[in-house]
Amino acid sequence: METPVSFDYAPAPESRSLVSIKPKYGHFIGGKFVAGSKHFPTINPATEEVLSQIALAGKADVDAAVKAARKAYTSTWSKMSGKERGKYLFRIARIMQERAREFAVLETLDNGKPIRESRDVDVPLAAAHFFYHAGWADKLEFAGLGTSTKPHGVAGQIIPWNFPLLMLAWKVAPALATGNTVVLKPAESTSLTALLFAEVCQLAELPAGVVNIVTGDGSTGALIVNHPGIDKIAFTGSTEVGKIIARAIAPTHKSVTLELGGKAANIIFEDAAIDEAIEGIVDGIFFNQGHVCCAGSRLILQENIADEVLTKLKKRMAQIRVGDPMDKNTDLGAINSKEQLLKIRELSASGDAEGAQRWSAPCDLPAKGYWFAPTIFTGVTQSHRIVREEIFGPVLSVLTFRTPREAIDKANNTPFGLSAGIWSEKGSRILWASQQLRAGVIWANTFNKFDPTSPFGGYKESGWGREGGRHGLSAYLKGVGHE
Amino acid sequence: MSFYGLVDGSQASLKKYLAALSGVDQTGADARAAMLATRSIKITSKRWAIDTAISMVDLTTLEGADTPGKVQALCAKAVRPDPTDSSVPSVGAVCVYNDMVAVARKHLDLIGGAHVGVAAVSTAFPSGRASMPVKIQDTQDALDAGASEIDMVIDRGAFLSGDYIGVFNEIVQIRELCGSRAHLKVIFETGELVTYDNVRKASFLAMAAGADFIKTSTGKVAPAATAPVVLVMLEAVRDFYQMTQTRIGVKPAGGIRNTKDAIKQLVLVNETAGPEWLTPALFRIGASALLNDLLMQRMKLDDGYYASPQYVTID
Repeated sequence: METPVSFDYAPAPESRSLVSIKPKYGHFIGGKFVAGSKHFPTINPATEEVLSQIALAGKADVDAAVKAARKAYTSTWSKMSGKERGKYLFRIARIMQERAREFAVLETLDNGKPIRESRDVDVPLAAAHFFYHAGWADKLEFAGLGTSTKPHGVAGQIIPWNFPLLMLAWKVAPALATGNTVVLKPAESTSLTALLFAEVCQLAELPAGVVNIVTGDGSTGALIVNHPGIDKIAFTGSTEVGKIIARAIAPTHKSVTLELGGKAANIIFEDAAIDEAIEGIVDGIFFNQGHVCCAGSRLILQENIADEVLTKLKKRMAQIRVGDPMDKNTDLGAINSKEQLLKIRELSASGDAEGAQRWSAPCDLPAKGYWFAPTIFTGVTQSHRIVREEIFGPVLSVLTFRTPREAIDKANNTPFGLSAGIWSEKGSRILWASQQLRAGVIWANTFNKFDPTSPFGGYKESGWGREGGRHGLSAYLKGVGHE
Repeated sequence: MSFYGLVDGSQASLKKYLAALSGVDQTGADARAAMLATRSIKITSKRWAIDTAISMVDLTTLEGADTPGKVQALCAKAVRPDPTDSSVPSVGAVCVYNDMVAVARKHLDLIGGAHVGVAAVSTAFPSGRASMPVKIQDTQDALDAGASEIDMVIDRGAFLSGDYIGVFNEIVQIRELCGSRAHLKVIFETGELVTYDNVRKASFLAMAAGADFIKTSTGKVAPAATAPVVLVMLEAVRDFYQMTQTRIGVKPAGGIRNTKDAIKQLVLVNETAGPEWLTPALFRIGASALLNDLLMQRMKLDDGYYASPQYVTID
């Protein structure tokens, strides 16, 4: 036999010249870009290069944005027919598709996620959310939510850094389709695609003030949450901040939806299709560097197949291509920020300290930037911190079970309840398990699949309300159900 | 025969062996194959992949209209795919019907192609619908004429009716006939087995029965060598190696017509069975039109532009 060879893939970088990043950005208020006063840097987490200076919105900026949103709501958007609103949403969706490559490159530069994911997942799904909700705009009476529903008015929306453009789409598309206007704040480390989206709004000739984007950190977010001119808050982020928001709006008239943390169980039964289950485990926890609220971060394995699955999983993990997010062949990119990297390290260290066995895929991590190798912990129990707390990184905790009942009990034994996965070739087992699991989204023989038609949201500390689908529309309408 | 100690040749043991296999989830296998198809192979790795793919081609003619002249031309192309460039490797083998084996062997030897194998399709190719004595004679003829590789078809009717031991025994008998004279490739005709569960089952059945290679298709039925089917077979040879420490080869055939498709196949091999399989000893591509596209892409890497098809030989 010939000597084994190695098929090394030459670098295949996407072109950075597809985007032009300005040295400094302001806010997007009333259809125009307005200069900010204070600025902070946004960096490429793969290289630590400063990409641009982002404006930090203070009280005056948020006031101006809310005022512009209110004016647009009163004078234009609330008077417009659903059919006309839908036209704008279709137009936005089409422009996003036309500029998909530009959005993908910008997202990867600012966020650190692999270009394959921003190109194949984030951007197409973001456009799909606008297309989907454009279709609802003139059919709200037929959504089964009642015939006398009304928009809230001005929605304040605060989104996270893990899927910057996609989370924007999840928030803005339903709000606009239902007739609300928007003040949106992207996460401080990933503002660039939201600012490019502002340009799309201009190109689509969206009436001024319907979408306003203010950038900034948690202090800006607090100004939005506490602003008396806002009628509805939509937040995606940590459970900790979600609780602060819930307390803040409790004595007010504001409606709220919260999409918070998770610690999803991915349950592999002995009769699973093993090779596909391995892919599902990998997609579940290493997709987007594990920066996914619904990540399958607890692998719950039937004990009699545990050795086989772990052997195959480690082999597969060793193949994950970690490195330059702009390379089209990269599977795992950079951790979004230094702060997040430190959090992942701290929680992983607690796994070591509490006696779990750590195994990381052998890979060369770049010298600059923020990186964490794909990692699993075995020998963990329900009482380990790495089983209880959300790590939000490429770290998987492996538990085992003996009977289906034990699997469900372990899966549900968490303060969270956003998602879960079931792997079995036995239909009756899948149906039974999905009825027992207390999680908002349950995947069977797949994981981390998203679609605008499907409602998404959590039980328990994973959040309030649903986003996407018909159910997601109701969060942006008054006069639905109990209200 | 020992069958790697996996089965004892009885129906009961074969049934138990096949029942222990895990299923294949179709959606998941399709998704994995689609993801691997996004790999972007550029510059130096593309050049390596093209030359490797050329060396893996089983250059095939399986037509009712085949003549000695046509087969001799195919042999010339197999030995020197690009007559203007001696750095282009020869292909792995030529693949013909059994009555053309002697013509092919003689001509290859004559033109300095002793290193190029002759593969004969066998056992009542492509349908496999004949009695066992006929299939044995078919194979014997090819071996006597100098075939170094036998590409047999399984009895799909028997497989689909659940007669696994019948399929197994046919492979065992052809294996014995080939002895050390020829490599045995077992063709499943995956387009007729249809489900990935069947493909996985057929793979493990054929490997235990003594196949040196497992092959997707005859090229006469569509769909043939789809990426997910090849993925499932590569997973099977990888798992079989874990069980037996023996590496079985894989040969996709049918529908791989251009360089992009061929490189996707190599990516599947690299990231599924592993780089150890990236050799003509363990991976072949059954094709005819593919070779010229590989040659044109190779020229493009050197010249920077696509040549007219007139710059490559038609056969």
